[in-house]
Amino acid sequence: MTNRPQTVGSSPIRKEGRDKVLGRAQYIDDITLPGMWFGATVRSSIPRGRITSISFDPAIPWHEYTIVSAADIPGENTIVHLTKDHPCLAVTHVNHCQEPILLLAHPNRAVLPAAVAAVHITYEELPAIFTIEDSEKKEQIIWGEGENANTFKTYLMQKDQKPIPDEVWQTADYIVEGEYRTGAQEQLYIENNGVIAEYDPEKGVTVRGSMQCPFYLVHALELVFNLPAEKCRVIQTETGGAFGGKEDFPSVIGSHAALLAMKSAHPVKLCYDRAEDMAATTKRHPSRTRHRTAVSKDGKLLAGEIDFAIDGGAYATLSPVVLSRGTIHAPGPYHWPHLTVRAKAMATNIPPHGAFRGFGAPQSIFALERHMDKIAKVVGLTPEELRRRNFLGTGYRTATGQLLKDPVDMQHLLTRALEESNYHAKRKQFDAENPISTIKRGIGFATFFHGAGFTGSGERRLNSLVEIELTAEGRPRILVSSTEFGQGTNTILCQIAADALNLPYEEVLIAQPDTTLVPNSGPTVASRTAMVVGKLVERAAESLLASLAPFLPPLLNRARSRAAQYTRTQFCHAALKYLAQHGSLKTEARYQSPGDIFWDDNTYSGEAYPAYAWAVYVAEVVVDTTTYSAQVTNFYALQEVGKVLHPILAAGQIEGGVAQGIGYALYEKCLWRNGHLANNQMTNYIMPTSADLPSIHVSFEEVPSPHGAYGAKGIGELPMDGPAPAILNAIEHATGLAFNEIPLLPEDIFERMTRIPTSSTEDLDPIIDRDTQVETSEVSA
Amino acid sequence: MQADRGKFEMTRVALTVNDEKRIVETPPMKRLLDVLREDLHLTGAKEGCGEGECGACAVLMNGDLVNSCLVPILQTQGAEIITIEGIAIDKKLHPIQQCFLEQGGAQCGICTPGMILATYHLLENIPQPTLLQIQEGLNGNLCRCTGYMRIFNSVLAAAAKATPQSETQ
Ligand code: FES
Ligand code: FES
Repeated sequence: MTNRPQTVGSSPIRKEGRDKVLGRAQYIDDITLPGMWFGATVRSSIPRGRITSISFDPAIPWHEYTIVSAADIPGENTIVHLTKDHPCLAVTHVNHCQEPILLLAHPNRAVLPAAVAAVHITYEELPAIFTIEDSEKKEQIIWGEGENANTFKTYLMQKDQKPIPDEVWQTADYIVEGEYRTGAQEQLYIENNGVIAEYDPEKGVTVRGSMQCPFYLVHALELVFNLPAEKCRVIQTETGGAFGGKEDFPSVIGSHAALLAMKSAHPVKLCYDRAEDMAATTKRHPSRTRHRTAVSKDGKLLAGEIDFAIDGGAYATLSPVVLSRGTIHAPGPYHWPHLTVRAKAMATNIPPHGAFRGFGAPQSIFALERHMDKIAKVVGLTPEELRRRNFLGTGYRTATGQLLKDPVDMQHLLTRALEESNYHAKRKQFDAENPISTIKRGIGFATFFHGAGFTGSGERRLNSLVEIELTAEGRPRILVSSTEFGQGTNTILCQIAADALNLPYEEVLIAQPDTTLVPNSGPTVASRTAMVVGKLVERAAESLLASLAPFLPPLLNRARSRAAQYTRTQFCHAALKYLAQHGSLKTEARYQSPGDIFWDDNTYSGEAYPAYAWAVYVAEVVVDTTTYSAQVTNFYALQEVGKVLHPILAAGQIEGGVAQGIGYALYEKCLWRNGHLANNQMTNYIMPTSADLPSIHVSFEEVPSPHGAYGAKGIGELPMDGPAPAILNAIEHATGLAFNEIPLLPEDIFERMTRIPTSSTEDLDPIIDRDTQVETSEVSA
Repeated sequence: MQADRGKFEMTRVALTVNDEKRIVETPPMKRLLDVLREDLHLTGAKEGCGEGECGACAVLMNGDLVNSCLVPILQTQGAEIITIEGIAIDKKLHPIQQCFLEQGGAQCGICTPGMILATYHLLENIPQPTLLQIQEGLNGNLCRCTGYMRIFNSVLAAAAKATPQSETQ
């Protein structure tokens, strides 16, 4: 049985899939512990103010309840992400609506809502701010002081660390300016945030629940409880979707439940309902991007000035790193002779924004890809030609100065995507049909990249560790803190180990992440699992094989790898023999930074990411000029993500991301009223249903990467980046109207169409055009 | 409020769940979803929204697809309920479940029980649905992970599997 076909590149059945289709998978709310109580959170009703009194309605039998306030916190009153600005429970002041103030626990879940409502809190209200602009004015300082007032983080990223020379602006044929905005977006995992916590004075805290990053929660608990890491045990349970929404937030809900467990001396389940989850937990950062671009008349980008601002909400959470990824992705897959990006994350009195698939990149890429279409129009080139004249390629340097050593072929990707979508013919057809129809059709695209892994020196700092052990039955089991939440972690890591060990996929096991049993393989974020953790699994498997070598059949042919020289039964015998002699076997692999990766956090230069995924997404839309509705009717997603480990899972990731991107562009609007999310329900926050989505055609260009396991690169976040700009570019093609803000709802289209007659062309407002004859021809392009 | 405390506010409901007769004593307005999950320990039906929008709590009631978060237990007197736990045939996966598994119709899996019941219901009524009929048949069930494409494939595959049988019947 030598030469077993590789499982990498095939689509074996998802490891935990059987339990999922049988309805047996145990999500946190499906689990009951003996003597378990239920928790609830008392939250602020105002966006900013001083707490003046808290009183308890005597109608409630409070003696039955456990009540936790900040005074019960044994350690520090903080939820630590990057800084310690975020209280675990508010004490004197609140800085956003829904800020947690008290926690309640009771044996009966049903009585908690009334009890929460029976806690009366009065405030002295302070003026609150809700927008980036208000925050910039600094009339109200709600966070930090001096230079940092209202500012969580700033970055200055300059090509070659040099400012743009004045002559470039003075001599450029065109200067094109634009402002682009994106709204908040709810992750809307179908399983809300939830945990169960236990406390034991000897053993410490145990929290199990729905989450992406168990060791983040360990770290948070260490501070809140003033306990060593060994006494903070975290177990991930089956997780019903996450998308970043369970990256930083479990540190909050996990700490809360653990405090209730400690004080009540019972296990406490704290699971939010939909309304609470939507109102109180993190969302995607709203953004504002301003572009000012110098362009030559043959369509070469000469210099770009990009001002990128995100609204971080009331506390810093992960805003600095979200901002970082947004900053590095702001210049897109283009060559900029000169570039300056100024980025800042601002504070507002909105519940803190946090991680969401894409992590800052969808925001800055939306701006750039809309702006590229605008530049094309001004210069008088097609969107395709403008991009072709500016693409990065192999051997180029990115805006951070990173040399692109691995093959990059955006020209080919664009050609292939436009062919597969039949772009040119459709563009022509729609141009001919639109003038005589109230239904306007359009086609547009976006070209972009997404960096895989932690930004800059992040992977080196994470120092991830992976282990593989033998079970008593002689089967290999992978030990990682990398979590499964639908994207396929369990499956792809088992595929990688199976091939490295020359075993059938079914033979390989993977442990449920439990921080007392698995090593810290880093957080499950940043499209890093397949590439970074996968590589470590491969190496740990190789070292397992080396340990077993004396027990395996001798090599028949030295030239070939040891794998493919034994059967599954022979492996099992070898494993059992090893165990009989040595008792146990566990091998490990730790992250080793490739020697040629350097990153400078001060100048924002160097190798920003170990590898990039490249993509071209094409959207087809119809805009009905009688109902003002816009719909995506066809979608083509072509990407180069290295080797595709599991074609079905990979396509599923892309389709799911595209669907979220379509929601981001056309459906999902957070309506804030005085800092409170007014539409915190699925009835009025609209995500796409099965009837709203077009066919999503996914294709891969496979160029194995030298960095990841079996040539894989990151995939998870990429599909979030492209849909929104591709769709708005298509809508501009359909209507002649340039919309530069998402979400774009029918009311926005109505407003614009009734403001400007539908037949008229767009007013290209902030353009300095040095060559006035071009002005008239460009708009009909 | 606190209705389950006084006996006088409890009601006795006899219903059939997955072909088993069950009798529950609960407050009359307790949701079928909670009775299934808490009283009968059938946790396959999930709560995604609690307001009839997401379909994660979907079950079959007298052959109809219902959102169990909207059904007070009082209304289930004498009803036949089928949950995801009752779909597998003799411990083997139902063809629909098998197709969801093979086609990548389940990612995080939280919507999957509801999706499978919605598919079951759809194929009962329309054994060979068109894509449009599938889209419409499932549009009460939200999935945030898949973008639905692989769910459609799962349904089509399940319909195709069912063909020879229905022809011989
Ligand atoms: S929980 Fe019943 S429809 Fe969402
Ligand atoms: S698979 Fe996650 S919501 Fe459908």
